[in-house]
Amino acid sequence: MTSPLEQKKIRIAGPSVVTANRTWDGIVVYRTAAKSWSAELSEAAIVRNSDEAKALLAEAVADDVGAIGPYIAPVQIGDDGKVLPGNLREQIRRTGVTIGQPAQV
Amino acid sequence: MYAYDEIDRTLVNERVSEFRDQVKRRLSGELTEDEFKILRLQNGVYLQLHAYMFRVAIPYGTLATNQMRALAHVARKYDRGYGHFTTRQNIQFNWIKLAELPDALEDLAKVGIHAMQTSGNNMRNVTSDQWAGVAPGEIEDPRIWSELIRQHTTLHPEFSFLPRKFKIAITASDHDRAAIKIHDIGLRLIKNEKGETGFEVLVGGGLGRTPFIAKTIKHFVHGRDILSYIEAILRVYNQYGRRDNIYKARIKILVHELGIEKFSREVEDEWQHIRNSSLQLDDEVIEDIRSRFTYPAYEKLPHMPDELRQAAADPDFEAWRKNSVAPHKVQGYSIVTISLKPTGGPPGDATAEQMDALADLADKYSFGEIRVGHEQNLALPHVAKRDLPALWKALDKLGLATPNVNLITDIIACPGLDYCSLANARSIPIAQELTRRFANHELANLIGRLHINISGCINACGHHHVGHIGILGVEKNGEEVYQITIGGRADENAALGTLIGPGVKFDEVADVVEDIVEAYLALRERPEELFMDTVKRLGVEPFKERVYATR
Repeated sequence: MTSPLEQKKIRIAGPSVVTANRTWDGIVVYRTAAKSWSAELSEAAIVRNSDEAKALLAEAVADDVGAIGPYIAPVQIGDDGKVLPGNLREQIRRTGVTIGQPAQV
Repeated sequence: MYAYDEIDRTLVNERVSEFRDQVKRRLSGELTEDEFKILRLQNGVYLQLHAYMFRVAIPYGTLATNQMRALAHVARKYDRGYGHFTTRQNIQFNWIKLAELPDALEDLAKVGIHAMQTSGNNMRNVTSDQWAGVAPGEIEDPRIWSELIRQHTTLHPEFSFLPRKFKIAITASDHDRAAIKIHDIGLRLIKNEKGETGFEVLVGGGLGRTPFIAKTIKHFVHGRDILSYIEAILRVYNQYGRRDNIYKARIKILVHELGIEKFSREVEDEWQHIRNSSLQLDDEVIEDIRSRFTYPAYEKLPHMPDELRQAAADPDFEAWRKNSVAPHKVQGYSIVTISLKPTGGPPGDATAEQMDALADLADKYSFGEIRVGHEQNLALPHVAKRDLPALWKALDKLGLATPNVNLITDIIACPGLDYCSLANARSIPIAQELTRRFANHELANLIGRLHINISGCINACGHHHVGHIGILGVEKNGEEVYQITIGGRADENAALGTLIGPGVKFDEVADVVEDIVEAYLALRERPEELFMDTVKRLGVEPFKERVYATR
């Protein structure tokens, strides 16, 4: 559950993605291989070593208008190839709060 | 209520226009995020896990009903239909879109609400007792002074780039409901031997990574000198406060490192330079602010109306009245605390529908005024006792009559990992589980006054250090772990809690709290002995033994 503020050095232990929040509305987005952003984790570019991660992050940081606060987040790849968040923080970012919201509009 | 004048309205409106332009430039790419961040923070806009979070100020916790309706409108139109009342008399919206923020601010500005002083390294929203102006025995209404300080510090260039955020709280009652001892500056209104109004000034309180209880820096500062004295403190802080290390940047660290004696000498030297300047308040200025606070035309009402006598036969009403209704300075009236802590609900949340309905009830029963307390509850400050039964029925229909004020389920909790980008662990689900565990009101009443505070990280927004039972969520090897403290308190006898032992897992927290409570019930000498009295008498050891005997 690494906070982006603490993510000074790029060292990844397994498959990872670059995630951020979209600038105009703040929603959670993932950097894609097409040099764009997607709200779908399944469309995220997967990086597997530090050099790849560094390159993807640099490209994401350069798109300052598209999204803010990009950082590298771990993911898990299921046997079926499905991409899942790698920790609780990212799971909450992807699927929403764990508590139910007082009002759904 | 305080009536804004043309200057206030112009300032708020100009601020909206300015921010609208800044947002436009950000979205077009003219401003980078690095350039924009400080601007958005100065307008209450954070980036959290799921979206931008928008924090709106409720200065000294006073809201008119049209303002509450405007908050409901923002929740409904720009967010997901609810808001979260915080521990510093603010409200937060969790899902706001940056592109729509200027419109939301403009809608709020129409009723005199803004987001200034809610974030950034500047002076924050000045907070006060939510019972200000109506509490029996109060020295005088502390909001007059809160407003003076608010006006003086708002957009003040010298206070806009402090080493770190800066928080002031004011109380005017013997019982401190504003938690002044955990603020950067705490002000306690007092009278001197000549009967003049002034302040005991405390400095250097704060929680977070390095918690401190504030120390008295001066036993009496005359009211007319309070701005210059605060300014002297801020100047010393601005000069010596550390900007190189965010963890050591708060004034509490400076006070601790210099020592209160040296720090107070520095402040005194600075004060002598500025105390006889234009910062000295004329009586005219104070009276002008005082005159802008209007009070209801109270009726002459009986102490015990028939309606209240009859309703006393209903045990459900009595359970609510006992915990939610407090004495008022005017005979025949009461202060009603509205619990935002329903069983199974997130502490401090209110839906747009509840906000609108509360505004209607405040118009009907509380002269159009609502208060927000740091405990994340609301209050109606001027309710005629004869109206209490009808108000209770109306609140019950809204799900706002949970009779748990000051009891074990009246939990203060930060948003935690469900919302906050700084959090390491969840807070709200822990609070929800505890409210379910102790949902039996007879049990909660048997336990009596017991405050639980929960924070999802060391930044301590849930004030866990000063909870009678404090719960701090941390992360250990990718898992949420919770450290438990007991013996903290945030009132006039403020104290930091003591850690009872190793952290426990998410699923064990409610069991641990149950163990602590069972130990207390077994150890107390009589039913009137409150949890904190037992802890004070016996220390933490018996509780520690109970919790860890089987873990």
